[in-house]
Amino acid sequence: MTPDELRTRAGLERAKTAGYRERVRVCTAASCLSLGSRALQEALVAEVDRRGETDRCEVKSVGCLGLCAAGPLVMTELLEGDTPSEQLLREVQPEQAATLLDGFRHGFPARQSISSDLPFFRKQERIVTAQCGRLDPERIDDAIAMGGYQALLQALHERSPAEVLAEIESSGLRGRGGAGYPTGLKWRTVAKAEAPQKYVVCNADEGDPGAYMDRSILESDPHRVLEGMAIAAYAVGASEGYLYVRAEYGLAVERLRKAIRQGDRLGLLGSAMGGTSFRFHVEVRLGAGAYVCGEETALLASIEGGRGTPRPRPPYPAESGLYGSPTLINNVETFANVPAILARGGEWFASIGTEKSKGTKVFALAGKVVHNGLVEVPMGTTLREIVFDVGGGIPDGACFKGVQTGGPSGGCIPAAFLDTPVDYETLVELGSIMGSGGMIVMDEQTCMVDLARYFMAFCRDESCGKCVPCRVGTVELHRLLDRIAHGQAIAGDMDLLEELCDLVRHTSLCGLGQSAPNPVLSTLRHFPEEYRAHLEGHCPAGRCFPTESPG
Amino acid sequence: MAHGVAQRPESPASAPGAAGKPRRDARWQLVAATLRRQGHRPQALIEGMHAAQESFGCLEPTTLRALADALGVPLAKVYGVATFYHLFSLKPPGAHTCVVCLGTACHLKGGPAILAALAEAHNVEPGKTSPGGELSLLVARCVGACSLAPVVVIDGDTIGRVTPEVVLARVGPWFSDREGARDA
Repeated sequence: MTPDELRTRAGLERAKTAGYRERVRVCTAASCLSLGSRALQEALVAEVDRRGETDRCEVKSVGCLGLCAAGPLVMTELLEGDTPSEQLLREVQPEQAATLLDGFRHGFPARQSISSDLPFFRKQERIVTAQCGRLDPERIDDAIAMGGYQALLQALHERSPAEVLAEIESSGLRGRGGAGYPTGLKWRTVAKAEAPQKYVVCNADEGDPGAYMDRSILESDPHRVLEGMAIAAYAVGASEGYLYVRAEYGLAVERLRKAIRQGDRLGLLGSAMGGTSFRFHVEVRLGAGAYVCGEETALLASIEGGRGTPRPRPPYPAESGLYGSPTLINNVETFANVPAILARGGEWFASIGTEKSKGTKVFALAGKVVHNGLVEVPMGTTLREIVFDVGGGIPDGACFKGVQTGGPSGGCIPAAFLDTPVDYETLVELGSIMGSGGMIVMDEQTCMVDLARYFMAFCRDESCGKCVPCRVGTVELHRLLDRIAHGQAIAGDMDLLEELCDLVRHTSLCGLGQSAPNPVLSTLRHFPEEYRAHLEGHCPAGRCFPTESPG
Repeated sequence: MAHGVAQRPESPASAPGAAGKPRRDARWQLVAATLRRQGHRPQALIEGMHAAQESFGCLEPTTLRALADALGVPLAKVYGVATFYHLFSLKPPGAHTCVVCLGTACHLKGGPAILAALAEAHNVEPGKTSPGGELSLLVARCVGACSLAPVVVIDGDTIGRVTPEVVLARVGPWFSDREGARDA
């Protein structure tokens, strides 16, 4: 298929839907599904059918509409006139199918209507999630109609791998998995390596508790990720690829597999892609519940069918990765940025964000915040804007205490730093990390010692056991934190805590151990008074005494 | 996570094949198809385990041995892999499963209290199955439904914004009076 043929196909698909006057988009991503959106969608289809309006009203399953906590979410579109008018509705029940369709003429229930003028929507800038909630993730033609695979075919037919690489380098894109390594540089290393076989691997082992951006992207727009991977394969000269997905993400896996089959059938993936000699075979590999497999060398060991234990680097996977071949590993969100960069140019992408962090970042906002859900904001947006404007602030008039980013590898940022623009460097300076994008908002009911202990328990359980500092250090650190939380600390425990953190951080083999002390160090730095209070026998948040909390 | 093979309680209901030969078992076919698709390469081990656990409910010693034979992988390695990953279980699951999410958002919003309530009411430790085999109580590090915290997954259904009362009411009917709280 040439780019022209793809455009024709896109035009045909758009023509098919041109006759609709009304459209109802029902969110069928995991969160809304668990709130009953499948029954709602079926009820709407039945009601449209009963009214004999199947020619004028389309009911469409789409991916994440963003405001996950207000689900099941429905977006209505009145397509008459030049500009379609949209209205987002919250908590829609199947019984309301008729009321909802009447709403196109008589107005929608005000109680359930969500204004599109909310800062939640206005302050977002959507690149990765541009089509989330718009396209049907199970129909490749819908993705094509919205421009899917055009960047890939254009690259295959009109640009050399070197040109694609240069475009990515000029965009300034950095790895969205957390560490922020320059994507272009990684691609160039793999491209330069000479080997008969190279691999492209997508890390979708989203293990940080509190992070679900990758799940949402895969469920809502799987073709964007596949297209990004295929472009990467073309740029670095790989012909095989794997998507390593958490087995817990059943829906994402199902939609990805379907998307791959559809792409193969149309010749947009697989052999002779787009009518050229280029081929890229991609397969899904399931994780099996080991957090450490998010570390790239552990992930590769797992794809090879073994225990997911990391190995020392160098050599980096870019030189010697899967089966010893040069391997490009990027995160879901990184790949999902690629088609847009190719379509609109690296310069455009670099114009968004801050000096060193370009583009946007998707965050999963959760915890004690009004608008729980998925948001995408330009790099450099301040924490205050994210929590109080986009997130709508703290519910029930409670007081903001801090925000946790980066999961078990990150840290807590207190209210004093709310005006910090979010990018890779500033978060590191504050003792946290960007991480994959989980952002947990905490109010005064959260005990920082308890939180540090919670993350240490996580790292202790997830340590693979290969290196001593991590295997033993996390156990000892957790014991210390447990003693402090229970008011049983003895003289010298605080010094020991800091000493052990330093040791585990500097001598562990992989990122898991090296970053495991971060939640402790950042709470020690920003909330030292809470540790002191525990030493004196009380918990300011009222969480640790007198009853034990499980950890 | 490692459970010794020798301590595994015998459970005829989920034993793969009467004479311990899972390859003659109809349920093995899904596994065989998976291994065939992967060309019986040793790398297919984890994929094969997923298929086997889906078919048999858990990975029993006979199944592990069959996987080792089919892929030419030492049994020790197969056992090592099976015990490394949290998702693989060497023991048969209970009639029902309840997964309590303890991700950060759920931790802050009451997940631990739900877990404690279930454990106490039905005498089952997290990660284990109740004495009468009614319920496997599992813990997840994050199911990725943080906006609905706290979350439990009961028999595959994700239920958000739950309280201990709601979960206990849902799980309660699976336990007959006789096998109630105190039975060990």
